Amino acid sequence: MSMLDGLRLLDGLRFRNISSPIHKIDPRAKFVYVCALFFVAILFNQIIPLLILFLSQVPLVIIARVKKEWLRLIRGSIFFAALIFAMNVISLYFYGGYPSLASIIEHSLAMTLRFIVLVESFSIFFLTTSPDIFGLSLEQMGIPYEFCFAFTTAIRFVPVLAEETQTIMDAQRARGLELESGGFIKRIRNYIPILIPLIVNAIRRSLELAEAMESRAWGASKKRTNLYALKMGGKDYCFIIISIIIILISIYVWLFIKIPSITQIMQL
Amino acid sequence: MGQNGAGKTTLVKHFNGLLKPSKGRVLIDGIDTRHVSVATLARKVGFVFQNPDHQLFSETVEDEVSFALKNFGFDEKTISERVEKVLNILDLTHYRKSSPFMLSGGERKRVALASVLSWDPKILILDEPTIGQDSYQKERLRQFIMQLNQQGKTVIIVTHDVEFVTECEPRIILMKNGRIIADGDAREILTDPNLVSEASLVLPEITQVFMRLNDYGFPRNVIGVYEAKRLILERLSGGFMR
Ligand SMILES: Nc1ncnc2c1ncn2[C@@H]1O[C@H](COP(=O)(O)OP(=O)(O)OP(=O)(O)O)[C@@H](O)[C@H]1O
Ligand SMILES: [Mg+2]
Repeated sequence: MSMLDGLRLLDGLRFRNISSPIHKIDPRAKFVYVCALFFVAILFNQIIPLLILFLSQVPLVIIARVKKEWLRLIRGSIFFAALIFAMNVISLYFYGGYPSLASIIEHSLAMTLRFIVLVESFSIFFLTTSPDIFGLSLEQMGIPYEFCFAFTTAIRFVPVLAEETQTIMDAQRARGLELESGGFIKRIRNYIPILIPLIVNAIRRSLELAEAMESRAWGASKKRTNLYALKMGGKDYCFIIISIIIILISIYVWLFIKIPSITQIMQL
Repeated sequence: MGQNGAGKTTLVKHFNGLLKPSKGRVLIDGIDTRHVSVATLARKVGFVFQNPDHQLFSETVEDEVSFALKNFGFDEKTISERVEKVLNILDLTHYRKSSPFMLSGGERKRVALASVLSWDPKILILDEPTIGQDSYQKERLRQFIMQLNQQGKTVIIVTHDVEFVTECEPRIILMKNGRIIADGDAREILTDPNLVSEASLVLPEITQVFMRLNDYGFPRNVIGVYEAKRLILERLSGGFMR
């Protein structure tokens, strides 16, 4: 089921058409903000700053009115989070040279939290930015239209693909296919009847899409103009400035303030 | 039958356990679908999906048709017999070694049907089987369905094709907005203009003609072409015209 879970996770990133102050911010400004969050998340590897970072995003999610989708995404990433946690604990236990089990667990938790913060900031961006607007901003940043179009189309087809995977699985199960049966090799082989129709349909659909686009004169005029143009406004610059301040503060904290670990705090 | 989005596909997916009821229960031959796997139920309930491209994956038509038979653990000899037979019934024998992906839409649909018929399920569900079939294939399919029915099998067809249904004279269930709005004989339901329009269908053409002919003493509730032919010929040979 993991393939489907992965698709569902991607589907969770799908833009929902609602409006909020966050939705209205220019995607380029939001992108700078996400980069700032990424930077901070990579900079620190202690629990406390990562936790602060995680919690500080919650008000933003609420303002953006995407709480439900966001929660679903976080829940969806729990599987990967658990995997990261387990791998960290195991590798630190054998190669880490950490003084105690408690500190190993704390460090692994921090790494897991880092992953969740990355997912979180990523999801805020995609949940509040329509693929069209995103494509438009890529285009205005000078990326050739063909690439922008391919990108937005790919995003658009994720939910279609998720639904189709479900239908194909249903159709094959109705013919007696048992996905969860057999040993390791057998289980992988079980996915062949699902992957082949999925790939064939994707190819067929892209050919059809190409034909439909060409019959509607796609690419006929060399110089495209857009009906909408993105313009950075005052609040967009504000958002960028906030992002830069976040980066500066965290560099300051990282350089000059010693952050205690939870295990140390508990020992006091 | 019923309008797009009425819930027909959703309903029939409950019959082989692909969907489980959130309230109440679904019994197939006395077995609660919540307690058995889809693969177990599938042995009894064959389900042909609306779009054949959601299931075709094999290199040859033959392999495609034997896929389910292998899953259900039939032996080699039975498999080849069954494949032979079902390819013959669905007029696919000459495509035996072809790739299913190279066939036309209507042919792919028949391969999908063959791949389910092959294990001879007791209950057969067909989701829109007539889409893309020419009238010759439709007639063959109809006769085959009637034959299955006479062998005591339950055949459930989801369709918008009124003319296809009339000749079979089945029990009809009309759906709308996730609910059943009518359940009864084809003759009774398909000749009721209100019900038919509520389900976004049209009256069978024969019925439309016979409603007009009512003034001449013909019955109103005629749905089949063959019945219509018989009634008209009887009248003509009686030499009685008003
Ligand atoms: N997985 C799902 N989750 C929620 N709603 C769904 C799901 N699948 C279908 N629906 C909705 O349920 C309703 C019934 O869908 P269904 O596919 O059963 O219709 P149908 O009667 O088969 O229509 P058609 O004639 O177009 O095939 C539709 O409104 C559809 O949008
Ligand atoms: Mg349907």
